[in-house]
Amino acid sequence: MITFSEIAAQGYTKRKFKNRLMCLLFFVAALVALTPLFSIMGYVFIKGVGSINWSFLTQLPAPVGESGGGMANALVGTCVLIVLASIIGMTSGLATGIYLSEYGRGKLATIIRFSADMLSSVPSIVIGLFVYILIVRPMQSFSALAGGVALGVIMIPTIARSAEELLKLVPASVREAGLALGLPRWKVTIWIVLKGSLSGIITGVMLAIARVAGETAPLLFTALGNRFWSWNLTQPIGSLPVQIFTYSISPFEEWHRQAWAGALVLVLLVFSINLGARFVFRPQISRD
Amino acid sequence: MDMQPIVRVRKLNAWFGAAHAVKNVSLEVEPHSVTAIIGPSGCGKSTFIRCLNRLHEEVPDARAHGEVFLGDTNIYGEGIDPVVIRRKIGMVFQKPNPFPAASVFDNVAAGLKLAGIRKKALLMERVERSLRHAALWDEVKAKLGSPGMSLSGGQLQRLCIARALAVEPSVLLMDEPTSALDPIATKKIEELIVNLRKEVTIIIVTHNMQQAARISDRTAFLLLGELIEFGATSEIFTVPKEKQTEAYITGKFG
Ligand SMILES: Nc1ncnc2c1ncn2[C@@H]1O[C@H](COP(=O)(O)OP(=O)(O)OP(=O)(O)O)[C@@H](O)[C@H]1O
Ligand SMILES: [Mg+2]
Repeated sequence: MITFSEIAAQGYTKRKFKNRLMCLLFFVAALVALTPLFSIMGYVFIKGVGSINWSFLTQLPAPVGESGGGMANALVGTCVLIVLASIIGMTSGLATGIYLSEYGRGKLATIIRFSADMLSSVPSIVIGLFVYILIVRPMQSFSALAGGVALGVIMIPTIARSAEELLKLVPASVREAGLALGLPRWKVTIWIVLKGSLSGIITGVMLAIARVAGETAPLLFTALGNRFWSWNLTQPIGSLPVQIFTYSISPFEEWHRQAWAGALVLVLLVFSINLGARFVFRPQISRD
Repeated sequence: MDMQPIVRVRKLNAWFGAAHAVKNVSLEVEPHSVTAIIGPSGCGKSTFIRCLNRLHEEVPDARAHGEVFLGDTNIYGEGIDPVVIRRKIGMVFQKPNPFPAASVFDNVAAGLKLAGIRKKALLMERVERSLRHAALWDEVKAKLGSPGMSLSGGQLQRLCIARALAVEPSVLLMDEPTSALDPIATKKIEELIVNLRKEVTIIIVTHNMQQAARISDRTAFLLLGELIEFGATSEIFTVPKEKQTEAYITGKFG
């Protein structure tokens, strides 16, 4: 006679072994996948950390041939471009997200949603080209504005879709509660639904910023680059990625070192935006 | 007491697309009374009360037809703005639905704030009064700034009642407000309903027949979208006129 415990024990050791083995395999696979990330990080850190100092962060590039100088203009330029891009990406991205989640029904919404998905898969260099034709050519000058528009357009689909998803997480019953208080729908949308998912939406925006902060290709023929301070949005402006690119293909040893330092600064910038995004996102916790 | 009916429903019909959910319902509700709507699941109770504040029409493809007088205004009359109507006729839903990421205070004050009332003192006064009416003040007065979501289910439902009361409606619609709550929380809400009738007229949907018997003055029995019987609660539960009502309240179906 076979007892229940015998049945239960049948093949148990084998199953347990298989379980362990698979677990180990997945762990190794994850390790392999993460190795490049860590080696890149480590390499950038080792190469860059030696050249980061106060003057690197606060000074303009030194004239060709001289040593010293920094990338302050590029750092500030990247920030200016990010602000411009965020203004464009946020306004139209949020508006699109709100439309899709709150009002979008039927064919038009499907088309918009589909276009947003298409737009997010358009290579960034193509968007740069588009902005070049649309803004740089008519204005007959590379400009910070053009760079900001290019990055902003890249941000739109990311922000739109993440906002849509987050707004849809707000239950329909919450909207009804707002309507039942005698509030017009637009007020319910902005002050209850949007406000209620603000932390998530800010996270989405920050992730979009982190994504475009390192974009290089679309800047090459929009913002171009600038070795000096530039406070005029209709003039070319420097940026970290472009400056890193220019420096690293140059023949000068000193510039190579600075390119690594710039790369480290850029990576740290993007990392801290990412971290900040995670910090902001605490669903359902009020902040008064 | 003014015995003119405060709500008069005349031949109200409601549809979801082609499905006829409320059929030719007429009834009258006296001020400061509690009216219970009972009937088996799917008979159109929710649909019916959602027509009374014109929330039904917010559902895609849904429409309503008929007359609903609030005082002497037909809320389905031409040129009537549903937004204004909903300020006069509040609603509490089956599941507590507090506003996300808003504090206890902001939840209750939302209707006033978004209607443009800014004065801190006035807001504070109204919030306190509403929370007292909802029998929640003592439990939350020390944590008005904490997230609404941090309250228990029963407290949340009372928070939603306070939120609806804050805009001072004259009628309060309640759609099975205690069906998601335990008996103790249910008892609290039943007590507050009985007290609230001094402030507002209440129309409440309930699945719980004892509840209807305990708290309501009049009861309406709906079946398949039709109003089968409407009368004094004491009579409906003891000497119903209609066979179907009797079958329902004695548990023969539903
Ligand atoms: N959004 C909707 N779309 C289509 N039909 C609906 C919708 N909501 C309800 N109905 C239908 O309308 C009828 C009435 O529904 P209603 O929700 O008013 O019933 P109820 O009496 O409130 O039921 P319950 O006691 O289960 O809450 C039902 O047949 C239901 O299937
Ligand atoms: Mg219902």
